[in-house]
Amino acid sequence: MSSAFLFRRVLQQCASRSPVSIISTRWTSSSTENQTAASLDPEFKKKIDDFIKSNKIAIFIKGEPGAPRCGFSNAVLQILDLHGCDFKSKNILDDEQLRQNMKNYSNWPTFPQVYFDGEFIGGCDILLGMHQSGELVDELKKIGIRSKLADVNNKNASTSK
Amino acid sequence: MEINKDNIEKKLRDAFEPTYLNIDDCSSGCGLKFDTIIVSKKFEGKQLLARQRLVNDLLKDEMTKIHAFTQKTYTPDEWEKKQEKAATNPECPIKSTSACTGNCGNCPK
Repeated sequence: MSSAFLFRRVLQQCASRSPVSIISTRWTSSSTENQTAASLDPEFKKKIDDFIKSNKIAIFIKGEPGAPRCGFSNAVLQILDLHGCDFKSKNILDDEQLRQNMKNYSNWPTFPQVYFDGEFIGGCDILLGMHQSGELVDELKKIGIRSKLADVNNKNASTSK
Repeated sequence: MEINKDNIEKKLRDAFEPTYLNIDDCSSGCGLKFDTIIVSKKFEGKQLLARQRLVNDLLKDEMTKIHAFTQKTYTPDEWEKKQEKAATNPECPIKSTSACTGNCGNCPK
């Protein structure tokens, strides 16, 4: 994604009539998360806090990286592999309590769930959308990961008409 | 209320007044599964996560019973640009999917 495109998008968001919408969605989603996360067992919450904060990319999936048990989880794994990302994962099929509690923790009803640097990114649809738009390369850069596709994006930008 | 495509469609239409809405009921032995494309002005100024949270919140009760749910959310501008891109692309990515309305006029009859 070109910097010109991103700049236009920032302008568009600032010009939006609804001032609330220019607040970072991550702040919005964090406050909602805190309301549902507050009802969680503190010990569980701490374990998950530690897991997502001590790994740049932390994902909650159905199955294991080598053997995903769901097409959406598989898609997330494929995308992260394309970008050459290291990550840590938890298999929510192995732990029913984890499965139910993560829905409250993330305030998100489905899996997979993807966290970058301790912040909730979304599920498969969002990661796929970010990958297709080129935004994922930028998001990875923000957390100190150079995507394998970063050079591909740059090459396309410089050769496009 | 029963969870089905019509009820979900009604909720989405009432909440988002979409300019385009497509819902595929892909339910199977695994359970209820819906794939949606929602195009609405109400998504303007909102990033993907915020848009999807709006949809998730709307369908909060249904989500507890639905096995899988995918959502592609666009503003009208984004959708139009996507259609234009598909029109100039001989191998239209929408053509062979259920999202194709057959009405964009770009494919020869």
